[in-house]
Amino acid sequence: MKRNAVSKSLMLLTLFVLGLTSALGAQTLLGSGATFPAPAYTKMFDEYYKLTGVKVNYQAIGSSGGLKNIQDRVVDFGGTDSFIKDADFSKYPGQVVHIPTVIGAIVVTYNLPGSLKLRLTGDVVADIYLGKITKWNDKAITELNPGVKLPNLAIMPVYRSDGSGTTFNFTAYLSAVSAEWKSKVGNANSVSWPVGQGAAQNAGVAGVVKQTPGTIGYVELAYANQNNMAVAVIKNSSGNWIEPSLASTSAAAAGAFPADTRIVLVNTDAKEGYPISSLTWLVVYREQNYGNRSREQAEQLVKLLWWMIHDGQQYVTALDYAPLPAPAVKASEAIIKSITYNGQALIK
Amino acid sequence: MNDKRFNVLLGFAAMVVVFIFAGFLFTLVVQSLPAVKQEGAAFLYGSEWNPVTTRFGALPFIIGTLMTSAIALAIAIPLSLSAGIVMGEYVNSLWLRSVLNTLINVLASIPSVVFGLWGIEVVIPLVRSLAMSVGAPPYGAGILSASLVLAIMIIPYMSSMTREALVNVHAGLREGAYALGLTKQEVVTGIALPFAKNSIFAGILLSLGRALGETMAVTMLIGNATRIPTSLFSLGNTLASVIASQFNEAASDVHRSAMMGLALILFVITMIIGWFGRTLMRKGVGAHGE
Repeated sequence: MKRNAVSKSLMLLTLFVLGLTSALGAQTLLGSGATFPAPAYTKMFDEYYKLTGVKVNYQAIGSSGGLKNIQDRVVDFGGTDSFIKDADFSKYPGQVVHIPTVIGAIVVTYNLPGSLKLRLTGDVVADIYLGKITKWNDKAITELNPGVKLPNLAIMPVYRSDGSGTTFNFTAYLSAVSAEWKSKVGNANSVSWPVGQGAAQNAGVAGVVKQTPGTIGYVELAYANQNNMAVAVIKNSSGNWIEPSLASTSAAAAGAFPADTRIVLVNTDAKEGYPISSLTWLVVYREQNYGNRSREQAEQLVKLLWWMIHDGQQYVTALDYAPLPAPAVKASEAIIKSITYNGQALIK
Repeated sequence: MNDKRFNVLLGFAAMVVVFIFAGFLFTLVVQSLPAVKQEGAAFLYGSEWNPVTTRFGALPFIIGTLMTSAIALAIAIPLSLSAGIVMGEYVNSLWLRSVLNTLINVLASIPSVVFGLWGIEVVIPLVRSLAMSVGAPPYGAGILSASLVLAIMIIPYMSSMTREALVNVHAGLREGAYALGLTKQEVVTGIALPFAKNSIFAGILLSLGRALGETMAVTMLIGNATRIPTSLFSLGNTLASVIASQFNEAASDVHRSAMMGLALILFVITMIIGWFGRTLMRKGVGAHGE
């Protein structure tokens, strides 16, 4: 009996020591930032952990928080839905590079009696959010939708009350297609909305739209799909009517891709591209030897980035994100190869 | 010696409170300086809040905060006082008392996000049909929805403080009053309530403090619009709800600083109300002696 207890405690001790050493041996990478790609990242990092034993801890605290953390050098990478502007680069203690990870689509969703399929242009959406179009049977909307019986119902626009990359990209699109929107409201994480009602997060906007007849809102494609919401077909800059889908979202980035990957995808000139698509990036320092970082840590980071733009991409479609098209992957490869430790490339 | 040590320890603990208060105020003032410098006094009376053009005026949020809290109080005070009086004076069965107490404690400990969800599912549709019947825009969300849920959130505090206040009225007073042949109602309105007045008032103030600062539920129900509310059905924002909505993804340093300014305003409003309440209470003490 006593022997049994001794051997039991010995076994526990061994297990404990084993667990301890494995915890010490495991690598951990730390990131924080954008909430929009967070589900995709969680899935990717989970798969990556199973594959390599490297733990990646990502805190979805919002894009500006992620950028602030990388600026303060307290994380290995920051996630952001809007790339760093030229004027802001000087705020960072070293040169930073952007690596795109996934593409998201923002859909215009609405709640109308009957299951009506609507076609809308960017102009009309902008005028609705400016308060210039106030009824669903306004001529501007009926003209785009011949044969659709639109009700004489007030339009109630719904927007994100929290600052968000989704709002940034949606207002970027409206600014690109409407001069009046650009001058009166503009483009930011949160803006001063002329009309309408705010709701928190994608889920909040989706909730209000689902609950209230006559509303129009904008949410990530994933939320519209999961909630079976009506989504508008949008005219892109080539004049094609594009149904939002993963394929048309990927297509938005299929055109020319800049070497630094900082591209605004909204109002894309790709012929088959959905016009309200947006990239999301990870931001890291090009020279990885800073603070007390080891070369090993830097190597792990670069390996993770490389995996995310290649093998990691297979996991995102199930979560309604569009994978990176070939030109984006190519540009990202070049950037990852340019990351150094003490001036030496970490991957070839 | 032992006594002395105890005093030092107490003094030190008390200083910590003062220090935290001062540090809190200091941080808010320093961090809000950039925005206040940029806007000047317009930070208080400006009605434009635009992160794109970086114009920051807090008036719509100040009005939204005061309006929702005032309406919530107006709804909650009669209900809570009645509930408190019933529990303190009229329920004699111990069993029923403990059931009521438990219910109120449970109500008080429900997280505000749950109140928010309940508001979205229950209150907003009700308010929407009300709005449609009077021809107001059928948002459902807005000042009224937020105030209603706020009222429900503060009722447990207010009613249990009312009950406590009544229970604590000296038994001798009551016995004396009954001995003089006063009826139950006369004892409650003529003896118990006047003597419990100050504590009841303190309960109301505490509830008002909660209403002013309540964030989650209000953010979910008020409609988050940067406009000065003009009616019960208007969409709006409170100081706390703007901070909750926009702080995480503040677009610029001035934007962040402006939100620190909002926090400072909320802090000052709460202090003024607390001070005002204490002054009123002191006057009350003079009248009755305690």
